[in-house]
Amino acid sequence: MAERTRLAGVVGLFDDEDSLLAAARRVREAGWRRWDCHVPHPVHGLSGAMGLPPSRMGWIAIGAGAVGVASALLMQWWMSAVDYPVLIGGKPLASWPAFVPITFELFVLFAAFAITGGLVRMCRLWRWHHPLHDSGVMAEVSSSRFAIVLDARDDRFERDGSRLLLEEAGCTDVRDLVEEDGGEDAAAAPAPNGARDGGHP
Amino acid sequence: MSDHAPAARALDPRLEPFPLVPPGTTPAQLDDAILRPIETFPTLRWWGAFAVAMSMLGLFGVALTVTVLEGTGTWGLNQPVGWAFDITNLVFWIGIGHAGTLISAILFLFRQHWRTAIARFAEATTLFAVLCAIQFPVIHTGRPWLALYWLFPYPNHNGIWTNFRSPLEWDVFAISTYGTVSLLFWYTGLLPDLAIARDRAKNPFRKVIYGFLSLGWNGSARAWHHYERAYLLFAGIATPLVLSVHSVISFDFAVSVVPGWHTTIFPPYFVAGAIFSGFGMVTMLVVLLRRFFRLEHVISERHLDVMNKIMLATSLMVGYAYAMEFFTAWYSGVLYEKFVFLNRALGPYAWAYWTMVSCNVFVPQLLWIRKFRRNPWLMYPIVILVNVGMWFERFVIIVSSLHRDYLPSSWGMYAPTWVEVGLLVGSFGLFFTLVLLFVRLLPAISIAELKHAAAAQQGGARHG
Repeated sequence: MAERTRLAGVVGLFDDEDSLLAAARRVREAGWRRWDCHVPHPVHGLSGAMGLPPSRMGWIAIGAGAVGVASALLMQWWMSAVDYPVLIGGKPLASWPAFVPITFELFVLFAAFAITGGLVRMCRLWRWHHPLHDSGVMAEVSSSRFAIVLDARDDRFERDGSRLLLEEAGCTDVRDLVEEDGGEDAAAAPAPNGARDGGHP
Repeated sequence: MSDHAPAARALDPRLEPFPLVPPGTTPAQLDDAILRPIETFPTLRWWGAFAVAMSMLGLFGVALTVTVLEGTGTWGLNQPVGWAFDITNLVFWIGIGHAGTLISAILFLFRQHWRTAIARFAEATTLFAVLCAIQFPVIHTGRPWLALYWLFPYPNHNGIWTNFRSPLEWDVFAISTYGTVSLLFWYTGLLPDLAIARDRAKNPFRKVIYGFLSLGWNGSARAWHHYERAYLLFAGIATPLVLSVHSVISFDFAVSVVPGWHTTIFPPYFVAGAIFSGFGMVTMLVVLLRRFFRLEHVISERHLDVMNKIMLATSLMVGYAYAMEFFTAWYSGVLYEKFVFLNRALGPYAWAYWTMVSCNVFVPQLLWIRKFRRNPWLMYPIVILVNVGMWFERFVIIVSSLHRDYLPSSWGMYAPTWVEVGLLVGSFGLFFTLVLLFVRLLPAISIAELKHAAAAQQGGARHG
């Protein structure tokens, strides 16, 4: 199969966090929506520089935890007091204090599953492909370098202009981001990482 | 990255007791040092250790087969001692697991950045220890193939449900939740490092495996933004969870009316003991890890020093609990309580009691001396004895309380059979096999976290 490549965007690589932060602010101020940074480890202040809204992960966890508490109480009450009432040591059928440990455990269990599920959903995991791999940039990023990716699907994207934006923002290593066109895969390619978040308040 | 995640803040050098990585260490050097064990062919020494561990695991298989085919009659259990090695092993292994969660969650919340170097490995020991632990309650039911029906409330055509008023049922939920949450927390932490392993892989097979396991992690800042929050939340829920698990285990005893068990000191006493024994195990393994995989610069003597200080503190806590149990028994004025404790210290199982006190309280006092906290050769006998002592603690609590309770006519003695000893030794085989595989297949130290800490350290030095 003859492989073709298409331009997926441009990527600017930085060697230190401060230049990345400055450049990220520039890109954000230029009004970009479909863009992202790729970093080997969390960079302090990058979320603020990119203008990301606070993560909703906490609400997901507490919501799922509440469901866990409710299910645990309902389950224990229904099983012990309604469906299978057995008197043990003369204690009440609905012995609420005895239900506390399991209620707590299910709070934690549900919250943990929700956090994991939320992570998969919000970080767009289970999506193994990314143009950074095809362009050979991924290994540099996961080792030590910091990248800004401007996605070709953004309305503002225009190859030379986008490269210029990164160069003006202080990047000395700007490259084209190419994607191997795998036929149907590429046609059905979903939005790139994080595009749906918008990234703007 | 986000403004609310504690790990994200630049480290204030004044608040850090020691540098997390030697100054000037580059990210590539960290990748090389930490991934070397999984990128090179195992050494002869590793194969030797693996062979020993696998033989012990084989013994576990034999003892398990005998137990399942013949029944728990092959064990030394009889009235009045209906719990002995089985539940001792359960409590012991769950306790071992607690150090991992303490290091990964509680120390994270307390911003103890030194935890970074050992957190991943300790979490892995948690998982493996929980796996060892759950073998015992399941097989001690006698017919483990029915255990699901006894343990979990699942709809069955007998129309009966489990008894939620029983601490044994609380245990089922506590341990299964603990195992599951530890697994999720650990795996979440592994994602960025699996991506590093994927990107460094030369062999296409490895690339596919690590690529698959990394779930396509690509270091996106938008992903990190959620990831950091998720990690903080995981730490937040794992903290009360780990305290609850050993508390619930202690309820198995404390909620009963057996003298020596029916006491309110049990939950904190068990949790302190769990952390103590867990740190003993983690220190024991980390000393080997850093030596054989040449990670002394990442897991420094200062790390061992801090871990040993925690062991010393928890040793004092369990020592306090041992003393306080005696005081409470005397102060209660209850004949049976007083007898049980005198019987522990002076009765037929006195040897076990004094083994416990010596290993857990007397020997660890050596850790007051700086040299013992820093020199691996000197600390090694101590941490091994701590593990021995903590196993005996559970044995003493269980057997010495059961063998002489209210009615002298039903007193008895307990001795294990080879099957029970086989299961105990075999469970260590299971544990060590998993640990050995882990250090060869997955990054044993969190590389991304360490890089972050190194960057923050340099940033802190620069700005501070």
